[in-house]
Amino acid sequence: MKRFDYVRPNTLTEAISAAAEPGAAYLAGGTNLLDLMKGGIAHPTRLVDVSRLPGLDRIERQADGSWRIGALVRNADLAQDPDFAKAFPAIVEALLSGASGQLRNAATVGGNLLQRTRCSYFYDPASACNKRTVGSGCDAREGDNRLHAILGWSDSCIATHPSDFCVPLTGFDAIVEIAGKNGSREVTVEALHPLPGTTPERDSVLAPGELITALRLPATASTFAGHARYLKVRDRTSYAFALVSAAAGLVIENGTVKEARLALGGIAAKPWRARSAEAMLAGARPERAAFEPAARAALTEAKPSGDNAFKIELAERVIVRALMLAAAGTPDRVPALPASPFSSHAGAALHA
Amino acid sequence: MLDIIPTRDPAHIRHGSNSGQPLTRRDGALKVTGAARYAADNHPPKMLYAVMAVSSIARGRVVSLDVAAAKRHPGVVEVMTEQNRPALAEDPDAKTNPFMFRYEAMQNDRVRYANQPIAVVIAETLEAATEGAALLAPTYEVEPARTGLDGNESFVPPAVGVGNPSALRHGDVDGALKTSAHAIDVTYETPAQYHNAMEPHGIVAQWDGDKLSIDTPTQGLVMMQARIAGLFGIPPGNVHIRSPFLGGGFGSKGLISGPVVLGLLAAKLVQRPVKLVLRRDQMYGPVGHRSPTRQRLRMATAKDGALTAIDHHAKVASSTFDDFFEPAANASHSLYASPAIAISHEAVRLDNGTPLFMRAPGEAPGSLALECAIDEMALACGMDPLAFRLKNYAEVEPISGRPFSSKALRECYTQGAERFGWAKRPLEPRQMRDENGFLVGWGMGTAIFPALMFAAEARAVVRRDGSATMETGAHDMGQGAWTALAQIAADALALGIDEVEFKAGTSDLPDAGIAGGSAHTATAGSAIHNAGAAVIAKLAELATSDQRSPLFGAGNAGVIARGGRLHRRDDDSRSESYVDILARAGLAEVEARGNGAIDPAAQANYAMQAHGAVFAEVKVDPELGQIRVSRMVGAFAAGRVINPRLVKSQYFGGMIWGISFTLHEEAITDRRSGRIMNANLAEYHVPVNADVPPMEALMIDEHDPYVNPLGIKGVGEIAITGSAGAVANAVWHATGVRVRRFPIRIDDLLKGGDG
Repeated sequence: MKRFDYVRPNTLTEAISAAAEPGAAYLAGGTNLLDLMKGGIAHPTRLVDVSRLPGLDRIERQADGSWRIGALVRNADLAQDPDFAKAFPAIVEALLSGASGQLRNAATVGGNLLQRTRCSYFYDPASACNKRTVGSGCDAREGDNRLHAILGWSDSCIATHPSDFCVPLTGFDAIVEIAGKNGSREVTVEALHPLPGTTPERDSVLAPGELITALRLPATASTFAGHARYLKVRDRTSYAFALVSAAAGLVIENGTVKEARLALGGIAAKPWRARSAEAMLAGARPERAAFEPAARAALTEAKPSGDNAFKIELAERVIVRALMLAAAGTPDRVPALPASPFSSHAGAALHA
Repeated sequence: MLDIIPTRDPAHIRHGSNSGQPLTRRDGALKVTGAARYAADNHPPKMLYAVMAVSSIARGRVVSLDVAAAKRHPGVVEVMTEQNRPALAEDPDAKTNPFMFRYEAMQNDRVRYANQPIAVVIAETLEAATEGAALLAPTYEVEPARTGLDGNESFVPPAVGVGNPSALRHGDVDGALKTSAHAIDVTYETPAQYHNAMEPHGIVAQWDGDKLSIDTPTQGLVMMQARIAGLFGIPPGNVHIRSPFLGGGFGSKGLISGPVVLGLLAAKLVQRPVKLVLRRDQMYGPVGHRSPTRQRLRMATAKDGALTAIDHHAKVASSTFDDFFEPAANASHSLYASPAIAISHEAVRLDNGTPLFMRAPGEAPGSLALECAIDEMALACGMDPLAFRLKNYAEVEPISGRPFSSKALRECYTQGAERFGWAKRPLEPRQMRDENGFLVGWGMGTAIFPALMFAAEARAVVRRDGSATMETGAHDMGQGAWTALAQIAADALALGIDEVEFKAGTSDLPDAGIAGGSAHTATAGSAIHNAGAAVIAKLAELATSDQRSPLFGAGNAGVIARGGRLHRRDDDSRSESYVDILARAGLAEVEARGNGAIDPAAQANYAMQAHGAVFAEVKVDPELGQIRVSRMVGAFAAGRVINPRLVKSQYFGGMIWGISFTLHEEAITDRRSGRIMNANLAEYHVPVNADVPPMEALMIDEHDPYVNPLGIKGVGEIAITGSAGAVANAVWHATGVRVRRFPIRIDDLLKGGDG
């Protein structure tokens, strides 16, 4: 087999030190990295297994009302936490719409933030891909690109970010705590993933050797709990990446939107915060007449990167629906078929 | 017309039966506990692992392989390339009959499709072999790949499927199309599809001198044995293949493939047992697929909706080096009555692996296009789709005029429609919404699949100690052959199912034919039935000719076998057990063989088809275009049912395959490189549980005295036909948007949506 070092540090400090050398990669759930290694896309020379580091697997509500989630919390565990689900129903809906039950049992919060694109040219070592091999070109541009980006893409890369989880996190101002050899720092999830520009090989703003240790949700994020939904349109009812997804949160007072949050998935190299739409919604009545122009505003800059113009129209419609669902109020329980259009109504059964 | 006498051996007239009982799978416990041993679970001592390096180009030549780098890698034992691979007695590119397909066993440096094996690395561990294969770092001389149905020269294939005529013309099609009251002219496209059996193709091979011991999943044990013997120039008896379970075959394990031969060659080269298993992505090339199709259907009717012409033309693709042409247009042969029917095919050659039999080859894409077109024709006539189908019901086979050996399709329509509630369907589309505002549509399709039979043999033994054995080299692909054939065996010997040892799944047993064409139960079952009858006839002869037997002299009256005894037909109180008959005769056992094969006289005089009617309900989000099948009812008439539980399971599997065909499956080929870009089960979509609605499969009684002595037609593939069309027609009925390119996608429906 291809030889690489495997180290399992006991402390965070040891982990950071072990990952300091070039070619090192952190391993947690492995649901993405191991696939990439088997497929010959990633070739780490050292795996630093952080999956057993102490203290990173807690879900904590802080005294100030904010939440802190350890990077090693499993997606499934976070989705099943009843208090977290009450505070952040759209995040839970997003988590449960991602991958499969088996994968969610293995995948971690930190790893999910750093999962790599599903662009089929990125996954095919025989294709040109600037993200995989700097300067090699982009075979997706003239290739099969129905699923590719409509916002924020560049000539060098039209890939999308595949995460569902990151979409509401971006909408609700989640913050990522990062540890590195020069100490700790934090960035917002929104700022974690850069747009491709001319450097699509950069998937995140993490410096080599830096490790995500936790995710924080500010106290204000839970004020949307009564009107927060995630909607994901895909080519089959489950176990498929989003064509387009949207996380919508509203604070409604006296029949008026006091504050709105909107983020999109499946349409750009990062989870896409639609701030112009949010601004238009503030002060508006929570109804279709306000949602439609906001949706159009969110897509003003959109342009097809290939055979995917339909995603612009679809994204507008997904936004409107997600806002309608949010306006109608969060259901008491996470519905069956989380985030599916077919779960959007009270009483929807697992089998329609 | 020749009068065919139905064959029902009196020995089989019995009270109480194993057949017809819904037994659970006899191998079920093995499977759910993981104790069932599949081919790749076998690890003989000193076994090595072989991994294929495959081509990343679709057309050209391998220029270099860094064999030295691979060999240097720790654990690598040998690298097999075209330079050093052991010789074969037969050219892999030889083709002496239409069932013989060409394959790649590194006979030269040519690359004919992406994922073609170009080297094999053999190592002490799977990991070392995998890394060794990566280190080969091939370089190529690349030629432009020929992809897609357009832009390549097309031709009329000499035959489609296996030896079927590629064109057929009956009546004045052109005249009818010009002069009829209503006419349609529509074109449908279906994509390339890959079988994607859960169990990948693989082999564990062990040579002992010129004897071969093989574990590999196969749908055709004896055919494979003969092919391997020919390839290596050894007698067939030297080749022993074990294939007790298949994790799905779907046609892709029917014929020998290049990788299997490479496993044998690797084992020969290193003189140690070798295991070679394909990675999922390596299954997209050397082991067959379903060709894309473009099907043009022209139809015309008289004012009253009676069809006057059907013209079904299909364009399909084969590989550049072999011939398999998906016989899609043949779907219009035998289903709807029309005085004029034309069927034709054209083909292109592409730089892909050779397409092969894939569940309902021809019938599946052909039925989808035909059933959609029939709905479009019904609409043009302003008729309900079921009424239109009944109006054009074929009382005899349309082109040949032969009567059907049996055809309970009318009952399928009636009972299926009733169960589904079809009568309440509005004629116009986009009329129904559910309580949540989703568009609701109802569609239907007719299912049809030929009742085929191949040739098989079985051997039965009844022993003096009361035990009995039935053997035939049958194949359990997951469909339940271990159970259904054992039920037939027990009936054949007039014993309880637990009193008969049923042996199958190895190449040293009598040839059970291939498990394909939905014909395995009919073929192997008939052989079993006849072997049992032959043994009982021997026992009867012993008893009725022996003065000491209570059955003495019953030769004219005859005997009936029941519960391990023979009873005098005209006096049930006079009987004797098999054990007593053998004991008195001083015989340890009595043995006999039986064959199963089609009766040529019956086949010449009757059209033999299984039929069905499928009804589907879909829900479509009016704004977002997402589709979900919410209900399906299928009613099928396929002759006699041996095990209703297993048959229902086959029907469900077929109906799900139909959903998959219409809404999910598509291999995406990069048109420049010829590589398949979604060669994995995350992105090559098949339905997940949440895509599969509550389904009902109704078994419609059908007595067929002509297809075979058991009256079995086969149920493996029929439910795909009809189902795919039913779902497509339901999507149209829900939305008013007729999508003619499959799979139907959200993009296609957006333009017809509310927003």
